[in-house]
Amino acid sequence: MDYVSISSNFLFASFIIYMVAIVFFAFTIRDKNKEHKQTKAGTVGIVLTIIGFISQIGYFITRWIASHHAPVSNMFEYMTFFGMMLVFAFIILYFIYKVDLLGLFILPVSVVVIGYASVFPQEISPLVPSLKSHWLYIHVTTVSLGEGILAVSFGAGLIYLIRQVDQTVRSKKTFWLEFIMYSILSVIAFVAVSTTFGAMDYSIEFQHSETETTVVYSMPAIAAPNDGVMLTEDKMSPLFKAPGWMNGAEAGRKLNSLIWSLLGGLVLYGLLRLIFRKRITAALQPRVKKSNPELLDEITYRAVTIGFPVFTLGGLIFASIWAQEAWDRFWGWDPKEVWALITWFFYAAFLHLRLSRGWHGEKSAWLAVIGFAIIMFNLVVVNLVISGLHSYAS
Amino acid sequence: MNEIKCECGHVNPEGTVLCEACGKPIERNQHIDGNEKSKLLNMRYEGSARRSKTRNQTVVDKIWIFFSSVKVGVWLIVLTLIASIIGTILPQEMYIPQNVEAADHYRDEYGLFGQIYYQLGFHNLYSSWWYILLIASIGVSLVICSIDRVVPLYRALKRQKPKRHSNFIRRQRLFGKTENVKQADIDQVVSRLKKKRYRISEENGHILAEKGRFSRWGPYVNHIGLIIVLIAAILRSMSFFYIEDYVWVREGETKLIPQTDGQYFIKNNDFIMDVYDENDERYAEAIKKNGEMIPSNYETKAEIYKVKGDTIPGQDPELTKVNEGEIRVNEPLTVEDISLYQASYQLNEFQSMSFKLHLSDDENESPIGEFTFDMNNPKKEYDLGNGYRVVVDDYFPEFFMEEGVPDTKSKYPKKPAFIFFVYGPDIEDYEVNFLTIGANLNPHNNNQYKISITGVDMRDVTGLTVKRDHTLPFFAVGAIIFMIGVVQGMYWYHRRVWIHPRENEVWIAAHTNKNWYGLKKDIESSLEGTDFNIPDDQQELK
Ligand code: HEM
Repeated sequence: MDYVSISSNFLFASFIIYMVAIVFFAFTIRDKNKEHKQTKAGTVGIVLTIIGFISQIGYFITRWIASHHAPVSNMFEYMTFFGMMLVFAFIILYFIYKVDLLGLFILPVSVVVIGYASVFPQEISPLVPSLKSHWLYIHVTTVSLGEGILAVSFGAGLIYLIRQVDQTVRSKKTFWLEFIMYSILSVIAFVAVSTTFGAMDYSIEFQHSETETTVVYSMPAIAAPNDGVMLTEDKMSPLFKAPGWMNGAEAGRKLNSLIWSLLGGLVLYGLLRLIFRKRITAALQPRVKKSNPELLDEITYRAVTIGFPVFTLGGLIFASIWAQEAWDRFWGWDPKEVWALITWFFYAAFLHLRLSRGWHGEKSAWLAVIGFAIIMFNLVVVNLVISGLHSYAS
Repeated sequence: MNEIKCECGHVNPEGTVLCEACGKPIERNQHIDGNEKSKLLNMRYEGSARRSKTRNQTVVDKIWIFFSSVKVGVWLIVLTLIASIIGTILPQEMYIPQNVEAADHYRDEYGLFGQIYYQLGFHNLYSSWWYILLIASIGVSLVICSIDRVVPLYRALKRQKPKRHSNFIRRQRLFGKTENVKQADIDQVVSRLKKKRYRISEENGHILAEKGRFSRWGPYVNHIGLIIVLIAAILRSMSFFYIEDYVWVREGETKLIPQTDGQYFIKNNDFIMDVYDENDERYAEAIKKNGEMIPSNYETKAEIYKVKGDTIPGQDPELTKVNEGEIRVNEPLTVEDISLYQASYQLNEFQSMSFKLHLSDDENESPIGEFTFDMNNPKKEYDLGNGYRVVVDDYFPEFFMEEGVPDTKSKYPKKPAFIFFVYGPDIEDYEVNFLTIGANLNPHNNNQYKISITGVDMRDVTGLTVKRDHTLPFFAVGAIIFMIGVVQGMYWYHRRVWIHPRENEVWIAAHTNKNWYGLKKDIESSLEGTDFNIPDDQQELK
């Protein structure tokens, strides 16, 4: 077996192991033990998580050997690595606070992230000259570690909100909580749809007249590229065309994927609502009641205090050192750089609000959620849509 | 000044909320930090007297109050954040194609929205006056805010006494009472705290165990770091600290490096662009998918020369080689304080083209005369001997047809075209040859003579950024100080435990600036096995 296949096997193994770990963390809810007491299921859960993590390190190393450069250079590799850092951050905070519930919320996010990564092209790609720098590896790995730790604050904040928000009445808060659930489900739907049609080798081609390129859709076309003509026959023809302001050949394809995710998310969400017969977060609430909100709040803040310096170092300082070498300017207001700055400003605001204006508890938890949304926006939307120089997605 | 003398004897400055020495809440100032009698004390800044809370007469006071407010600081950060987001909606001007008018580009590409974006100046948002003003205000706010707090905080922490007022102890978040505690238990707790690296001080049986006080300075240290970074950004606008220029050097050419006062020259020996081998199994699939070659290396083999002695105008300076090496992306070459970065390139620029003149109907095309057009030194006329000469009527370095009329896109010889007039003894007036690579258009199709290309000489051109940047060390120092401050404030915690003996009970209170969980664990493990009750957390969230 060559290194490439060994590495994908490692990755697949850790994906599965994480899912099993989630099941064990789910068992901890049923445990009648008092909080804080470590449960058997929880111990199995964390041991599995660590095994999965080691397996993922195996993936990382073998892929590095295979590609001759650190595997953090395209969307697939980067998202996978982010998923791995999320698990790592979870392991660290687990050992500080021993909260099993955290595993039940963070690991699924990690699994979704890794699943999402697998949708992107996985072949090993060569590095263009500007990416050939040790500072690139150092920069990218530190940033995603920082973002992973910051994301743990999202996990803790989310549990806090599910526990604390009043579910007896409909409110803005319950709406946004449901919205978070729906967003996660949409990503899952996207992964599911892509994987399914990918397995079927589904493809439709469009001729985009303005740029004279062909665009290949790998899922049925709901929205055609604006200005596109379908070349493939005997496939479902698109329902409508992308609006005129979405120019560019790829915009239509991206819009189409987005529609699929949103619709798929809606289906999943609807199913869950039918099963629970109430809001998803309302259904989850009794299951997290045992947790200690004080402690969750502390974890939210602690994750930010640990993650913020790491993020600053990786996302701003190492990033500038690399940019200085590669492009002779350490700061260039490239969208990716600006979004790192935005993330940093946001968490700085978070810290000040908390320390000096007493934003604890619920406010702090909502901020943690927004922070995670910014991080994901940076990873996904900025890379795929706004993309500047750092663009991972070609 | 209205000083406040506390019952413990300590004299506090006006506006003090909690006595610096014993922590007793000073009755008339409790409104300043919003303390109510029954509630826990607000321990932020130790209840010290801040300028912003005590003086509000003059304009300076008002400005001071404005900028020292964290609320204002956070607003400034949030506004900057939102502005930054707006700047990423559409590409900034520096990232749009160079060859079009910005106004047109935004209108054509993004329609009305683009037009508005452009009109509002968002295409250059990060260098707009108001964005810079926002950043500058954050800087001012940082300075004022820090000074406002750090001095009083320092005073309060320095003057604190182990013996605290009972009101202070009782109103701490972690607080517990225990009756009839043996001295041995107290000693044991103290020695355990000592083991945990708490510093112990005592006053009449009242004990203060404290650790990590230095972490309180973290925010101020990191703010200093930020200020240094902002100062560095200001220095950047001065040419002594920062210069940026650009130089194109053709292969074989020696050129003056700009911004060096005519002191340094660079010679481009060779420019190399490598691409990944598409037959290399490792990357084959990715290269195929990409559809075109993927570059792996851009490199200029350069020599740097310095002028020897004084230069005499009109005379070529005498040069000595001072450095030699490769300039690659990610690997600049440095001479003194100037760095050269591989930034751009132009492959296969025409250096010279050779032509011959022959009879149109001669199959062998045996030359009547030959000449070479040097792109660097173009002449108006070439004498071919025997009375034949060629006049260059027009030369298009980068030729294209615009509505049937030949024109050039640039002055760089990327795709040269010529209009030649051929004169000769047997030519009546002159004959027109319109010539470009692969084509000789003869407008009248009745030429007796024809010009053909016999050879071309091509070479690569490298584009190098020339930089002098003395601000980098400032940025580096600022960044390092910022990191030190952030880590200092966030990975360490200021924890204090007070043991407060009363008639027949002992009180314990504790405070930390963050990470209460860790403090509770410290206390629990120190009190374990003793008679002490574990202190309650008086502020559990519901
Ligand atoms: C982008 C700019 C800024 C950054 C990155 C920054 C960073 C920080 C950090 C990391 C902390 C420590 C927080 C913690 O330990 O939880 C802090 C504390 C603080 N910052 Fe800033 N800051 C910035 C701007 C400002 C501004 C504009 C003000 C003024 C209003 C300000 C006032 C403070 C104060 C008062 C503290 C708390 C000190 C304490 O309570 O001991 N900061 N800052």
